[in-house]
Amino acid sequence: MNNRALGKLPKGWGGLTYDWSSDQRVFKGMPWNKAMMWIFLLSDTFIFCSVLISYMTVRVSTAVSWPDPSVVFGLEVFGTSVPLLLIAIMTFVLISSSGTMAIAVKYGYEKNRKLCAIFLLLTAIGGATFVGMQAFEWTKLIVHEGIRPWANPFGAEQFGAFFFMITGFHGTHVSIGVIFLLIMARKTWRGDFDRGRKGFFTNVTSNYRAIEIMGLYWHFVDLVWVLIFAFFYLW
Amino acid sequence: MSQYKTQTHKIGIYLWIWALLFVFSFFSYMVDYLNFEGLLRWTLILVFMVSKAALIVAVFMHLFWERYAIVNVLLWPMTLMVLLLGIMAADSIYTLSTRLIYFVAGS
Repeated sequence: MNNRALGKLPKGWGGLTYDWSSDQRVFKGMPWNKAMMWIFLLSDTFIFCSVLISYMTVRVSTAVSWPDPSVVFGLEVFGTSVPLLLIAIMTFVLISSSGTMAIAVKYGYEKNRKLCAIFLLLTAIGGATFVGMQAFEWTKLIVHEGIRPWANPFGAEQFGAFFFMITGFHGTHVSIGVIFLLIMARKTWRGDFDRGRKGFFTNVTSNYRAIEIMGLYWHFVDLVWVLIFAFFYLW
Repeated sequence: MSQYKTQTHKIGIYLWIWALLFVFSFFSYMVDYLNFEGLLRWTLILVFMVSKAALIVAVFMHLFWERYAIVNVLLWPMTLMVLLLGIMAADSIYTLSTRLIYFVAGS
């Protein structure tokens, strides 16, 4: 369903009942793979919410004092300790990669092959930088601070378990995203989307819409980091 | 004409949202840096978090321009998560009280 046909349909709440009570597809004007990405992201949101809520349950219910994140994640810079410095830089890097991804999606809409590929590559570099800094953070915490999933020198034992689970699960998402971004950048640069080349695994005709769907995933990863930053590092 | 809905926005809107996300992130970092405590800290953290999340979902993920059919599918299940949050908050406070009574005070 193209823009003109969509424009004739009812909008807002009336559109909601119209779409859901119509005989055919519910998500009008939306390709099935985009709808499926949204539904996957919804289920992924449930996973991350469950993890964060169980973290809250454990942190509230323990009678032992919880380690102070701004001390644990502080960084020594020229002799003075700055709280959460590395985490702040990681946040800015991930937000920047989200910004470049949004611009890549815009150029994907416009079928601008070169700029789209360049911004996809920039996004992948941002994501890889993020994962690199996370590896540095983990190394520091495991080797120098002695934090383990079962014990740590700062306070409640559960701290390590939740830290490694939450940031590890998020880091896995970022790593998978970087791999897919690199694949997408290559496909874009090669002109797969312009020529409608068949996919290697799927045998589906390539289309610039894949960039938009990739973008949804990447923005979601950024979104989850916003929640983790607020609840785990700042709280 | 394309078979599906296409969207064209000027690059400016993305740069604006990008800048806003930077500003909100800076503010939420300042909450920690300036050592705000208690209710003020939690409120500010939540306000900045929700603002950032809303900007990302609405503009970067284009949900603002989508039809209500998908918007409602995505946002209503989140009320279930808020419900779970409330239940587990109440439960964990109860668990804490029993631990304080039997482990800390009792030992």
